[in-house]
Amino acid sequence: MKKVLICALLVLAMSASAFGAAFKIGGTGPLTGGAAIYGNAAKNGAEIAVEEINAMGGDVKFELRYEDDTHDAEKAVNAYNALKDWGMQISLSSVTSKPAEATSAENFADRIFALTPSASSAAVTEGKDNVFQMCFVDPNQGSASAQYIAEKKLAKKIAIIWKNDDVYSKGIRDTFVEKAPSLGLEIVSETTFADGNDNDFSVQLTEAQTNGAELVFLPMYYQPASLILAQAQAMGYAPKWFGVDGMDGILTMEGFDKSLAEGVILLTPFNADAKDERTQNFVKKYQAKFGEIPNQFAADGYDCVYAYCQALTQAKATPDMDAKTLCGKMIEQFTTMTFNGVTGENVKWSKNGEVTKDPKGMVIKNGAYVGLD
Amino acid sequence: MIFLNFFISGISLGSIYAIIALGYTMVYGIAKMLNFAHGDVIMIGAYVCFYAFARYHLNPFLGVAAAMLICTLLGIIVERLAYKPLRQAPSLAVLITAIGMSYFLQNTALLMWSSNPKVFPSIIGRGSFRLFDGALSVSHITALTIGVCLVIMIVLSLFISKTKMGKAMRACSEDKGAAQLMGINVNATISMTFAIGSGLAAVAGALLCSAYPTLMPTTGALPGIKAFTAAVFGGIGSIPGAFLGGLMLGVIEIFAKAYISSQLSDAVVFGVLIIVLLVKPAGLLGKMTQEKV
Repeated sequence: MKKVLICALLVLAMSASAFGAAFKIGGTGPLTGGAAIYGNAAKNGAEIAVEEINAMGGDVKFELRYEDDTHDAEKAVNAYNALKDWGMQISLSSVTSKPAEATSAENFADRIFALTPSASSAAVTEGKDNVFQMCFVDPNQGSASAQYIAEKKLAKKIAIIWKNDDVYSKGIRDTFVEKAPSLGLEIVSETTFADGNDNDFSVQLTEAQTNGAELVFLPMYYQPASLILAQAQAMGYAPKWFGVDGMDGILTMEGFDKSLAEGVILLTPFNADAKDERTQNFVKKYQAKFGEIPNQFAADGYDCVYAYCQALTQAKATPDMDAKTLCGKMIEQFTTMTFNGVTGENVKWSKNGEVTKDPKGMVIKNGAYVGLD
Repeated sequence: MIFLNFFISGISLGSIYAIIALGYTMVYGIAKMLNFAHGDVIMIGAYVCFYAFARYHLNPFLGVAAAMLICTLLGIIVERLAYKPLRQAPSLAVLITAIGMSYFLQNTALLMWSSNPKVFPSIIGRGSFRLFDGALSVSHITALTIGVCLVIMIVLSLFISKTKMGKAMRACSEDKGAAQLMGINVNATISMTFAIGSGLAAVAGALLCSAYPTLMPTTGALPGIKAFTAAVFGGIGSIPGAFLGGLMLGVIEIFAKAYISSQLSDAVVFGVLIIVLLVKPAGLLGKMTQEKV
């Protein structure tokens, strides 16, 4: 019996090495729990890219593995270690910011290159030469939003409602508040909420209304935003609404009254309604495979794998290289290359891992996203 | 007028806490255990309602009735499988089981319905009563929640104090061993308590999601904890206490947000809770019972 087992293992090992001419690429993300929508989206997006690239039959092939971190920093490190044991050569870091701050420190210590699809807090890349981001870093979203509001003369008096136990929300709010005065924007009301008191927004909205805010800035994910929109309508308060990339997804909530989101403006790198061929192809495949419209997280995951494909091809890397060698090559490529993906054209990275791409201003009209520019 | 508006917001938030707290306090009062899975039964109830009237277009009241039925069954099954074998175990073991059950229900819901938030259609629409030429508004759902809370509170109190089953429940609560000796079927009585508690959870779920319409597998968890706080605030085990505690918690939360700081609202709420418990350790309406040895 033992011999049979050993033989079977040998066969398995051999077949694995025969098909093993692929880069082992691993990532962690919340596949279960309250943030699972983001983790699964990024994973699904990456899966589609891997399938497409492997089907093309080029020199670069991938083997993708995702581990669940339930949006928890400690579990993310365990998940990361499991991936390391599996033989991960390059990493997709983590999907959400809190876990990514923990795993990126490991990436740095182990010299495994990381490109996170969507962990946008500045601390993820700070001081680590081998951790890169595919999404905007939070501070950039804050200043880009302020700039956009000022340039398009959307409003002068602004209220902010933000989530004070969330690094994502706080990061955007901080730079927005810093930038706004120099652009002539006046912040008339600033209120917060947190997990556990995120149901009732009557106080925050009343304060914005009594202080005469013409525009309410919502640096948060779409779920609380949907409650804010509904409660504002019930109060009869109709300012302009301005969201960031976390607002993406509000229209795909099952049962959501789309008229509530009419006129909401948001800055996001990805528009599922864009007419270009790549986006359409991606959206079609995603819908066929997973039965829903991909959000920005899915697009980020998809782009990450393609960016890796481009970088590995240009660096003439082969799957037998170890993680450390690949890390050096990837740093070289990512700091010099220009990438075109579904989340942006002419995407470039700075030395500290932050991405430069143009945010797209979009407005929700008749229940669909429409480009503003 | 803004003050009154905030007060009404506080009452509407508090009425939701109150209706959840009623279930907590009822189970605690009789089975003497903290059923931390209560919040998650609420979530299951809300999902059943959601499917009943968003997908199958049932009449809202039939939907709530279906949810009550399913939650009642669920409550009985949970009690039978998870809590009954631990009847003689230390209360800490039961508490941990209840927490485990809460995670189990959340993750089952996640598998069945995915984590994508759903928007719950209100059972009675989103209108509101306008008072003083529209300066004040009370939403229909708030009025309904308070009404339902009062009805449940009165019916439960009568049930526990007047009926035979209620008498058995009180006996079990006081001393399970002695109750058994007197010929009371303790297991059936406790199952009944869970059945009623879970049926109430379904109603609470429909009202919670009608007032704050996003529905996810974690929807019940945090309001559940807040409602538990409300139950302790009012005196856990006391039915009118849960109602009062819920309303007060809501009003304090909203006032703290409005007049102190939105960042500190939870700190203020729990600070008040600590002060109340220091002054009245049994909660506002709780009774201190002296054990005679």
